[in-house]
Order: sequence, then C-alpha cells, then structure tokens
Amino acid sequence: MKNSRVSSVTSNIKIDKIKLKKLLISIARTVLLLGISYIILMPLLSKFSNSLMPVRDLYDQTVKWIPRNVTFEHYSMVWEHMRYPSALFNTMTLTILVSLLQLASCTVVAYGLARFDFRGKNLIFGLVLFTLIVPPQMIMIPLYLNMRYFDLFGLLSLFSEGGFNLIGSYWPFVLTSITGTGLRNGLFIYIMRQFFKGMPKELEEAAYIDGAGLLRTFIKVMLPGAVPGLIIVFLFAFVWQWNDFFFTTLFMGGGHYLPMALQLVANRVIQAVTDGQAPLSTQGDQYESLLNNTGMILVISPLLVLYGFMQRYFIESVERSGIVG
Amino acid sequence: MSLRNKFRVTVENRKKIGGYMFTLPFVIGFILFFLYPFIQSVIYSFSSIEFSRTGYTLSNVGFNNYHYSIFVNTQFREDFIETMIAMLTQLPMILAFSFFAAVILNQKFKGRGIARVIFFLPVIYSAGVVLRMETNDIITQMLEANQDSFMFSGEALRALLVQTRFMPEQVIYFILAAVDSIPDIIRSSGIQILIFLAGLQSISPSVYEAAKVEGASGWESFWLITFPMISPLIITNTIYTVVDSLIAANNPLVLLIREMTFSGNRFGVGAAMATMYFASIALILAIIYKLVNKHVFYRE
Repeated sequence: MKNSRVSSVTSNIKIDKIKLKKLLISIARTVLLLGISYIILMPLLSKFSNSLMPVRDLYDQTVKWIPRNVTFEHYSMVWEHMRYPSALFNTMTLTILVSLLQLASCTVVAYGLARFDFRGKNLIFGLVLFTLIVPPQMIMIPLYLNMRYFDLFGLLSLFSEGGFNLIGSYWPFVLTSITGTGLRNGLFIYIMRQFFKGMPKELEEAAYIDGAGLLRTFIKVMLPGAVPGLIIVFLFAFVWQWNDFFFTTLFMGGGHYLPMALQLVANRVIQAVTDGQAPLSTQGDQYESLLNNTGMILVISPLLVLYGFMQRYFIESVERSGIVG
Repeated sequence: MSLRNKFRVTVENRKKIGGYMFTLPFVIGFILFFLYPFIQSVIYSFSSIEFSRTGYTLSNVGFNNYHYSIFVNTQFREDFIETMIAMLTQLPMILAFSFFAAVILNQKFKGRGIARVIFFLPVIYSAGVVLRMETNDIITQMLEANQDSFMFSGEALRALLVQTRFMPEQVIYFILAAVDSIPDIIRSSGIQILIFLAGLQSISPSVYEAAKVEGASGWESFWLITFPMISPLIITNTIYTVVDSLIAANNPLVLLIREMTFSGNRFGVGAAMATMYFASIALILAIIYKLVNKHVFYRE
C-alpha cells in the first residue's frame, strides 16, 4: 500500500519533469523559428513598406516601418518606365517555354540514368556532375559566339555564309533546354534521378510483362508516380529562369525582359523626374534605392503568387521525394 | 538458328538501348553546348580574338592573357582572394545551419507547414537579378546597419572586444564577421535545408524505435543514428554550396569576368580568368571531398 503510493508520487514527478522539458523545448523552438522567420521576411517586408512611402517619409527619422502617408506613385512610375505589362508578358512566355522544356529533358535523362544498365552510364552521370561544377562564365564566351555564328561544325555554312545568328531568338534557350544543358540543369537531373531510384521496380516489371514498350511504361507508369519530383524541378526551373540575368542578357541582349527592365528602371525614372516631365523634384541615392525596391516587388510578386499556389504540393513533395545522395 | 531469332531484341538488350535512348539528348547537348565551348574557352585563353563580318579569327598569344590577369589587372587578385575567403568562412556555417534547421523542421509541432513555407521562401526571392541588385541597395545596407545596434556586432562592442585582448584580434574580427553574416547564411540555405530534410525523411522510424527499446536517449540516437545516416548528404550540400556561392549573380569575380568580356572586349582575358577560376573551384572541391569523405558513413 505504502510502497505503491510512493512509486505513484515519484512517477508523477517524473511525468511533470518530462512535461516541463517538452514545454521548454517547444518554447525555445518557437523563439528560434520566429527569429529566423523575421530575418527571412524582413527584406521582403521592408521593400514593400518602402515602396509605399512618399520620399519625405524616407528622410524622416521618425518613420521606420509604417509609412505615414501611403502612396502608390512609385508603383505607377516604375510600372510605366519598366513598361511592365510587355516585360511581364515576354518574361512569362520565355520562362514557361524554358522551364517546361527543361523539365521534360531533365526527367527523360534522369530516368535513363536511374533505371537502365548500360555501358558508360557512370561516365554520363559524371558528365552531369561536371556541368554542375563548371561556372557558366567559363563557357559563356564561346557559347555566345557559337550561337552568334551557329553552324554545327561548318555543316550549316553550306546554306548561309558564316552560319546563322541565333542571338536575340528563342533558339539558344530551346537548344540548351531540350538537351538538359541549361541553367542548373545538372541539379535537376540529379534530383529526378534520385527520385526515380526511390520508386519500386515492380511497377515497370509489371508493365513490361503486360507488353508495354519503354516509352509507354515511362509515360503511363513512371511519370504519374514522379509528380512530386516534377513539381520541385518545375518550380526551381521557373524561378531561376525568371530571375536569370546571366543567360537572358547573353542571348537576348537588347530584349525587353523583367531582369533587364529592373536594372534600368531607377535611372529612367530619375531622368524623367529631372527632365521636369513629372511633378517630383527629389532625387538621390535613397530615392533610387526606393525605386529599385518597388521594381523588385513587381518582379518577384508573380513568383510569390506561384509559390503560394504551389507551396502545399511543394512541401508535400519534399516529404515524399527522398532526394538522397 | 533462324535470322529472326538472332535479331529478336531481348528485354535486356531493349533496356540497354533504352538507356542510350533516354540519355542521348544530354550527350548531344553536352558535346555541342558544353564540352565544345569548354575546350574553346581554354583555347581562347591563349589567344587574342579579331572579329570580322563573317566570323572571328584567333591568334596565339601564349600566356599573355594569364600574365595580364594575374600581374597587370590587380582587381582579379583582390576579388579572387575576397571571394575564396568569404566562401570558405560561410561554408561551414551554411552546412551547420541547414542541418540544424532541417532537424527542427522535421519535428512535429504546430505551424510546421508555415515554418517550412517561410524557410524555403529565399529560394524564390533571393536569386538572380534581385540578389544582385540587393547587394548595391542603400536601404538594405541601412537596415543591416540598424540591425548592428541590437545584434552582437555593434561598433562599440567591436571596439570593446578588441581592447580586452582576451583573444587575438584576428580571431575576434573573424567571429564578428561570422555574426554579421548570419542573415546571409540563413537566406542562402534554402536548398541545403531541402536536401537535408529529404534525407531525414528517408530514415525509417523503426530504426529509432529499436534504439529506444535498447534504451538510447534522444541525444544518443541523434548522434548514433541521425547524423551518420545523413552524413553522405554533407558532401552533396558542400558541393552545392560551393558552386552556388561561386557562381552567384552578386559574386564580384563573376561580375569582373563579365565586364572584361563584354565591356572591355577582352575576350581572351575573360577566358583566362574563367579558366583559372574553374581550375581553383575544381581543386577546392577535390580537397573538400577528400577531407569530408573520410568521415562519411555509407549505408551500402
């Protein structure tokens, strides 16, 4: 009788200790997560609040986060001088084209590397990793010249002296994307390869026994199971192409796309303002910075919308993907 | 032995052909748009380039471009050292942070979904042109200076720490620089967290249950199960982090090579710089791989 009471008291204390420990851990975790989230969100929020401030709020020391007088004048200026709708349309078209092609080619190549045994497989996988560690700057110049005087080792020169000029067209993007050699495609192949490796082999065996061909098995049996991986790769390909400054300026030098428009917008607005075409007379570094921030919000907001729509699938994909080296 | 039998494609053969068929696009692309330009780039680095209406001609200039990059243009040297030091100091911190963050995000708690959405957000907004413009942005710099006043890196604290001399000055500066770069570290860890998290998910819960039955504490099962199981991913993440920081759009060397090539029209010098840059990246990765691989546990 006595003994059992004592043991129940000690076990109660034990349970309380465990509860306390759990509580402390969860408090520490919450504080940490809030701090980290603040650091991640701060640049976004500060850009947004800045973009709504009139210039005099910017120089006012008492105004920190919340603008005293909310204004949309910067948005209208930046919108106009970026020629936002047409830049958005061009970027959207190019990005959808490129990311879908990259998704298709990287998935196909990754499937070949994950599921078939053939001579040279390891070599090809090694080459994929090689494309990952070579900085694009290294191949930038010759790649540009090859696209400028495109002639496939002199074959096309038969038709046109000096080859074809592909710069300024979609062709450089299409050619590098369908062959899985575009921006960070090595990473996409790597992710999809790991993904296919994690899928059960029985699926394919069953399809082969039923008489389905390789391509049919790949499309009808493997792809539906690989949707989470496809979502991750598509999102990455989309985001990187959207923000890409490197290949877009290289291949589309004079084109009107969001990354280029963003780089020029502050100067253009200030030019317009000082020319007396607009009522505002303030200028300077802070004003330039404010215009840039407004432009950045305009450039990334479509991405944030896309991420908002896809995040649920994206997070789920991480759970199910098992991208393991 | 009929001819038909001989030519009948067995499942095995078909699978071999399938392998070549599926990987063919990459092999073609690799040769045309990667290997060929890569070799050309090395050739350019020893040449000077003249443009004409129908193309361009090369003339051999030996090591002139390399000589110019190293000894004449001091910018390359400075940027190179700065880039390498920044990368090597950030690498261990990014690895540690992303590992830690992945472990937290793998636990079960309320609001985990929201936390994950926020942690991967930098992958969306901190890339390409936005990242590049942010580096030169005055308001961002001001905000970061404001941060100084409540983080451990305020000017006064810095002076105080140096004066107390309880550690060598260099060590103090190193630690302070590390603290300063915390926001950068957090914002460039998105993909690494993703890779570690996926690795954590792939560890079967039964392993932990078995350890619990044997009487292992949470601490022990972390160091004896979790850590070894995902250690191969440390290599994956190391390679990714090094490459990502060295080719980032705001990397000073990247900008210098660009400028040399397109504004200065010194294609050969740009190629020489890029070649040296690649060689050092490859060397660094090889060294890191050697060092880390010894301590990695492989399941197979």
